[in-house]
Amino acid sequence: MSENHQDGVPILKVSALKKHFPIKKGFLKKKDQFFKAVDGVSFEVKAGETFGVVGESGCGKTTTGLMIAELLEQTSGDIWFDGRDLSRLNEHERRVVRKDLQIIFQDPFSSLNPRMKVFDIVAEPLIVHGMASGKKLKEDVLNLLEEVGLGKQHLDRFPHEFSGGQRQRIGIARALALKPKLIVCDEPVSALDVSVQAQILNLLKTLQKKYNLTYIFIAHGLPTVKHISDRIAVMYMGEIVEIATKDALFDNMKHPYTEALLSAIPVMNPHQKTDRIILEGELPNPANQPSGCKFHTRCPYAQSVCKQNVPKLQNDGEGHYVACHFPLNKNISQALNQEQPARR
Amino acid sequence: MTSSLLEVKQLKTIFSSENGDVPAVNDISFTVNPGETVAIVGESGCGKSATSLSIMGLITDPGKVIAGEVLFEGSDLLSLSKKKLNRYRGNKMSMIFQEPMTSLNPVFTIGNQISEVIRKHQRVDKETAIKKSVEMLERVGISNASKVIKQFPHQLSGGMRQRVMIAIALACMPKLLIADEPTTALDVTIQAQILDLIKHLSEQQNTGVLLITHDLGVVAEMADRVIVMYAGEIVEETTVEELFDNPKHPYTMGLLGSTPRLEVEQEMLEAIPGVVPDLTEMPSGCPFHPRCKYAIEACKLEKPALIEDFPDHFARCIRAKEGL
Repeated sequence: MSENHQDGVPILKVSALKKHFPIKKGFLKKKDQFFKAVDGVSFEVKAGETFGVVGESGCGKTTTGLMIAELLEQTSGDIWFDGRDLSRLNEHERRVVRKDLQIIFQDPFSSLNPRMKVFDIVAEPLIVHGMASGKKLKEDVLNLLEEVGLGKQHLDRFPHEFSGGQRQRIGIARALALKPKLIVCDEPVSALDVSVQAQILNLLKTLQKKYNLTYIFIAHGLPTVKHISDRIAVMYMGEIVEIATKDALFDNMKHPYTEALLSAIPVMNPHQKTDRIILEGELPNPANQPSGCKFHTRCPYAQSVCKQNVPKLQNDGEGHYVACHFPLNKNISQALNQEQPARR
Repeated sequence: MTSSLLEVKQLKTIFSSENGDVPAVNDISFTVNPGETVAIVGESGCGKSATSLSIMGLITDPGKVIAGEVLFEGSDLLSLSKKKLNRYRGNKMSMIFQEPMTSLNPVFTIGNQISEVIRKHQRVDKETAIKKSVEMLERVGISNASKVIKQFPHQLSGGMRQRVMIAIALACMPKLLIADEPTTALDVTIQAQILDLIKHLSEQQNTGVLLITHDLGVVAEMADRVIVMYAGEIVEETTVEELFDNPKHPYTMGLLGSTPRLEVEQEMLEAIPGVVPDLTEMPSGCPFHPRCKYAIEACKLEKPALIEDFPDHFARCIRAKEGL
């Protein structure tokens, strides 16, 4: 939570972003079907804030992150970063922008080259971009490692010699090397043990304050996303169904899917036995998406209009966006607080 | 606690490695009563899965159960022959694994795999077994069960496969269900469905459940009693309310502090520094002392015992009495 996000300058603007993967079916009669991984998402990320993206597997959150990090080309739509349209850059300009746009991956075991020593892993971006060499390179790498809680003794080791948490620290050092403005964090703690998750989350927060970083934090664990984010987007089947500040999202959610998602989280309080909303059924087949609102097949409040018309993502005037024909209006925080016994 | 369903006494399981024997499960004792859900919680490598595999007799080379007793309704499973053990497994006690894809056989249909268990333990013909399989699938919330029994595991989603696993596990109405991270691979809305299902079944049939998990939210939701494991040992054991209200072991406190909560706003989490120790290079004294903020000199010297300092609340910490 950096102070600068109140400035409200968007550092990243995504509009109508789509990624459709073709599904090849048949041998002679080729039919072009598409897997709509991301189907028209639009949002803005302000400088210095943490923008959380949450949703279940297959909702398109990682694909969105990969497109923003320039690792996957979009089918259509625009990504504006720092005032520039990323799809209209030439090679040289792209290289310059890449310095400011980094990514941390989910799996710390496969995202580090097993044949490279830690020094080389962290030094590589600095060398590629000609930022440092010789003695300065060594100093810079060491500083970066110290920044993420590693030290001199780790320089000459290989990734397999480290635990999951330490590897994720190496990945963070590598992402930090070029002093980026924005880091896409794609499930950075999901593969780690609980006690180590907390270490990495704390580290990310500390670094954000120190370097005024902007994060896009992609995860499926709502408590984690809430802990680290300023604003949160909820995705369902390739679309954003709700965007709000974390407090508005958790205290006054407007989309039935957000409500169900929150209600499904086991609460760390044995005295509170909640009546949870259990969604029936599972995600529809993404290659054969429901008409109208994609959530209507599982929505407890669905009406006939939901099957026909696609709801648009609309702003309530205070920056709370929801795509629903019948947005909810309630305040569950009161209910949550009532049964809260005094804790240690 | 007169008639416990499962009683584990001083269980010790080792894994042999180049660096010597590693005690994955080190002197563990606990009981599960009928209708009770006992959760074992801990991080990777703490021995929670090895404990469940030891109980089921599924520890294979290089692992070995070297000491202790596993009493199921009074008879020691560890001393039974494989043939006799198989009369219990899948029948009176069964297990759900974490990864439903790898624990179902990819070349047999779902119907085949459920009816196999039923036919093995009950004297019924093939048709009755299939009919029972359909019933089981319907009970675990699969709507088009008669179609699903003809399908293969790869044709089902993760949530469906886990339901099939549960249907297999419950086919013979076991008295004890061991669920090893049953929802870790699933999405949170599907997790809610599966947990709800396990809870209902345990209430309806008075099944004892041993739930292995790393998720404290799941523990709070499901468990009656909780066992916290660290480095192969039980470090704390008590009722679920007591554990969350008055944790006594610094490791439990650390786990609770490390987990972000929806209802609590905090700037930084109370992380536990360091990592879980390598079982081949265990620290002296209390295995948690290098990561413990309350550690004193005595913690490095002597290994603490699991002591009941408070009624029905056991902790393996010499400072637990002080109320840290």
